[in-house]
Amino acid sequence: MILYILLILMIIGAIAAVQMKDLLSSIVTVGAVGLALSLAFLVLKAPDLAITQLVVEILCLIILIRATLKKDLPFSTTGRRFFNTLVAVVFVIVFLALGYFSLKDLPVFGHPIMEVGAFYVEQGLIETGATNLVASVILDFRAYDTLGEATILFTAVIGVMAIMRRIGRKKVGEEIKESDEWE
Amino acid sequence: MSGSKRQEKGMTLIVKTITRLTVGLILLYGIYILLHGHVSPGGGFAGGVIIALSFIHIMLAYGKETAFSKLSKAKASLLESLGAILFIAIGILGFTGGYFFFNFFTDKGEAFRLFSAGIIPLCNIAISMKVGAGLFTIFVILVLLKFKTGGKDPRQGS
Repeated sequence: MILYILLILMIIGAIAAVQMKDLLSSIVTVGAVGLALSLAFLVLKAPDLAITQLVVEILCLIILIRATLKKDLPFSTTGRRFFNTLVAVVFVIVFLALGYFSLKDLPVFGHPIMEVGAFYVEQGLIETGATNLVASVILDFRAYDTLGEATILFTAVIGVMAIMRRIGRKKVGEEIKESDEWE
Repeated sequence: MSGSKRQEKGMTLIVKTITRLTVGLILLYGIYILLHGHVSPGGGFAGGVIIALSFIHIMLAYGKETAFSKLSKAKASLLESLGAILFIAIGILGFTGGYFFFNFFTDKGEAFRLFSAGIIPLCNIAISMKVGAGLFTIFVILVLLKFKTGGKDPRQGS
């Protein structure tokens, strides 16, 4: 019951975030959606995900507020209104149809088809000694996946630094000193 | 925090006082979350993000000079690379037992204790160093940069 209240709140918040005219109000509404998602994880008994979602949401909100406000971002409300509406409606219909046909045969919540989950639940504590089974899966049984995830974050940091620092944005023939490389 | 020059930067006195009282607790909570990742909910990623948030808190309240005096750019870069190398090294050390990311501690320890579960706390520490320093760096780059609009001279003080 409380899960459905949270889901409806998230849908309302997402629609409001798109429709807001003010940029700051829109960002605050996105934050409300993230908080409701964190609470939904908590209701579904996934506290690891809830903690991670909450702190990442806070960080994203700070970055969004500091990086997007006070900047003149292009914002267009006019244009090909008929064409845009047609594309949106067709996309929503296709998305809903594909979702209906693909999610129809999902098993009941809490009854997975795969048998490997039962092995982790039974043998996780004996094999790894960790009482938090999520940690034993992501850092012992499936640590190779975590390595890939860490590589993604590392690559993202390197890419942001390479593109956004001063040397990456200089004009032709311009000299950049080492000291103001980050300004 | 001393000196009249630094007092003028950042936010108001209320925000600075609250930041001074709470930022240590936030950092401690992040360290608690990451060290107890194998016993209770949490883990390296969430702990790393909370640690990064404590430094971002200092930067928002006091300005970038104070934050860079606590965690400089070179130190953040070093921490992130060190975390990545540590994580890979733990994985490669698993070859002493047979395969990549083998849990090479034969004695797994007692359940619910801090020193248990073999390599999992070590991996948590490595991941938290990587995530914390990396997200702090991304925040610094995305927030401190100011893009020039119009026909200004790009070499003028940015």
